[in-house]
Amino acid sequence: MKLTGAQIFLESLVREGVKHIFGHPGGVVLTIYDELPKFPLKHFLVRHEQGGVHMADGYARATGKAGVVLVTSGPGATNTVTGLATAYMDSIPVVCFTGQVPTHLVGNDAFQEADIVGISRPCTKHNYLVKDVNDLARIVREAFYIATTGRPGPVLVDLPKDVINAQTEFHWPEKVHLRSYNPTYQGHPGQVAKAVDLILQSRKPVIYVGGGAILSNASPELVSFATKLGTPVAPTLMALGAFPMTHWQCTGMLGMHGEYQANMAMHDADLLIAIGPRFDDRVTGKLDEFAPCAKKIHLDIDPTSIGKNIRADVPIVGDAREVLRQMMAELDGRPQELEEFKANIQEWWAQVRKWREEHPLSYDRTSPNIKPQYVIEKLYELTGGDAIVSTGVGQHQMWAAQFWKFDRPRTFLTSGGLGTMGYGFPAAVGAQVAFPDRLVIDIDGDGSFQMTCQDLILAAEHNLPVKVAIINNGYIGMVRQWQEFFFRRNYSQSDMACQPDFVKLAEAYRCAGLRATKPDEMVGVIKEALATPGPVVMDFQVEREENCFPMIPAGGAHHQMILPEVMPS
Amino acid sequence: MKHTISVLVENQFGVLARVAGLFSGRGFNIESLNVAETMDPTVSRMTIVTSGHDGIIEQIEKQLNKLINVIKVHDLTAESHIEREMVLVKVNAEATNRAEILRIVDIFRAKVVDVTPRTYTIEITGDEDKLEAFLKLLKPIGIREIVRTGKVAMARGG
Ligand SMILES: Cc1ncc(C[n+]2csc(CCOP(=O)(O)OP(=O)(O)O)c2C)c(N)n1
Ligand SMILES: [Mg+2]
Repeated sequence: MKLTGAQIFLESLVREGVKHIFGHPGGVVLTIYDELPKFPLKHFLVRHEQGGVHMADGYARATGKAGVVLVTSGPGATNTVTGLATAYMDSIPVVCFTGQVPTHLVGNDAFQEADIVGISRPCTKHNYLVKDVNDLARIVREAFYIATTGRPGPVLVDLPKDVINAQTEFHWPEKVHLRSYNPTYQGHPGQVAKAVDLILQSRKPVIYVGGGAILSNASPELVSFATKLGTPVAPTLMALGAFPMTHWQCTGMLGMHGEYQANMAMHDADLLIAIGPRFDDRVTGKLDEFAPCAKKIHLDIDPTSIGKNIRADVPIVGDAREVLRQMMAELDGRPQELEEFKANIQEWWAQVRKWREEHPLSYDRTSPNIKPQYVIEKLYELTGGDAIVSTGVGQHQMWAAQFWKFDRPRTFLTSGGLGTMGYGFPAAVGAQVAFPDRLVIDIDGDGSFQMTCQDLILAAEHNLPVKVAIINNGYIGMVRQWQEFFFRRNYSQSDMACQPDFVKLAEAYRCAGLRATKPDEMVGVIKEALATPGPVVMDFQVEREENCFPMIPAGGAHHQMILPEVMPS
Repeated sequence: MKHTISVLVENQFGVLARVAGLFSGRGFNIESLNVAETMDPTVSRMTIVTSGHDGIIEQIEKQLNKLINVIKVHDLTAESHIEREMVLVKVNAEATNRAEILRIVDIFRAKVVDVTPRTYTIEITGDEDKLEAFLKLLKPIGIREIVRTGKVAMARGG
């Protein structure tokens, strides 16, 4: 029996195990939308395609499965670009289907034509223009395969209208065969042995964990490996939750707003055991002065990450999970040396503990105003930390990373690489779709939230009980902080005191809205929000000019952190 | 330092754009780039001449390999290989210098492929040194136009 391109497309999604689609229809994809109700696929009508991609991205980060987007040609397609770039920078598997004008019109500046394959080329792992309906099922299969294997990433598939309407026999390819794409999963045994040699010789080692540890689902292996060695573990923003932050070996987050002990440990280490990070500049600071005395073992599934910013002494290409297992097997064969190693790093631990005691995370707890850090601490406390948390970008994002102690992978959804304001709320919606019964909290900025808040109506429509906590400082606060430090407090265009009434805004979108303006109102608001079914927006009007510390100035080195001046704790 | 990189790619539309976009997006240099089908019609070969320090060349190779449509990347520079480029040169050919031009053409085993009352068009193939030497000799005579193919290259032996 012959099927139309639209039917083949939807049948292929079902075969791929897709359950949810985030989309918005338009002219060229109407045939698909016409068929959609016949398939076991739940579609969420997003109010902006950017939000739709962030939803698919949040869904993917929370589950590890690919998130799916379907939009129309032209403006529908171009609206996805920020979402794709966000997913690309953080290696998130999203598969985005865009309608396209009929093949014979491609290149003619037809109505709602955009060269989305050209536009998205640098911000997708791969993309396709389907020219023949006979290729459609295979391409859908390949798109999911490429998005979810190796170093994951977004894939875009452009579907011209005539291909969607054409008919052919449906053949589902069981296997994907791509001669030019074969990610390496196993580490080279020689390199693994060399790495273990370096580890056992080191006196001041740090396990430097990146987002790759989460992407490869390596948390259990990471915990075994790290506890076997007993070394400090320092996660990046993208790795929060890969290793429990409440574990005594965890130094807290690294990087520009990382914890003092984490950054000092990186600076003084004699060995970095890098598990799936990419030595991003927000983590390394000034490259010449980054971990100056340390040898580097760099494990990554993407060879281009290795040696890009920092020369690795022992590069290992492979999947974090596989290679951690290999390293543990190697360590198990050398019990004597391992005992010596553990004794040898005691002095190092004394130093790391000293740093921890000298400058723990702190803020002024005596203020008559609500401190943003206090909001996050209270949210953490009152939820028992059992939630999936997303964020926008800015100070609130860094405070969430610092003060929420993530103990499980895939519970922190944040735009690390691209730093996309507006990511938080739709990402939370995506996670909530995947996990309807879990608590999902978007810790957002007043600026970030306003970039994508129109999908509050989608949350209300589908009764998705996302809780939004706006850390409302009336500023695009991170910009203001930079202006305070580096631009003579010239707050040019960072004051956003003119705001919508977020409570009324929530209500207008059929959500509940709550507000706290003083510290003693906070607990009540949080409790009420948690007890309210459905989506809730909490407007926390916080200390306006609070700064986020520690802070490594751009281009500074790890030991040049700016710390808060007053630290009553 | 100059590197000649041979890249086997899927013979599909858009692959050239991916490679070119990779070079421009990451600020890598392209001195010449040459593409044509191989014996297997589903595969094309690109020969890319680029330059940069070792770290850059390493990134170029890795980034090329990372493209889904790239089958194989081979930096020929480090090993024994043959490089050739073809150049078409149109030179002023007056009665007074025709003999000299022909002498140079003969010495370099080039070929005159078109003649007009005032010009010769010469075809020459060779490696970089030979082509540079040839063009240097023609320069004082008056070169009107040069068209180069960019290099192609092949490893020696089996
Ligand atoms: C789409 C986008 N535009 C601009 C920026 C630059 N930027 C980084 S942080 C920030 C401030 C964000 O303000 P808000 O969401 O209120 O968070 P706060 O820092 O106040 O907590 C800005 C403008 C960005 N990251 N993303
Ligand atoms: Mg703000």
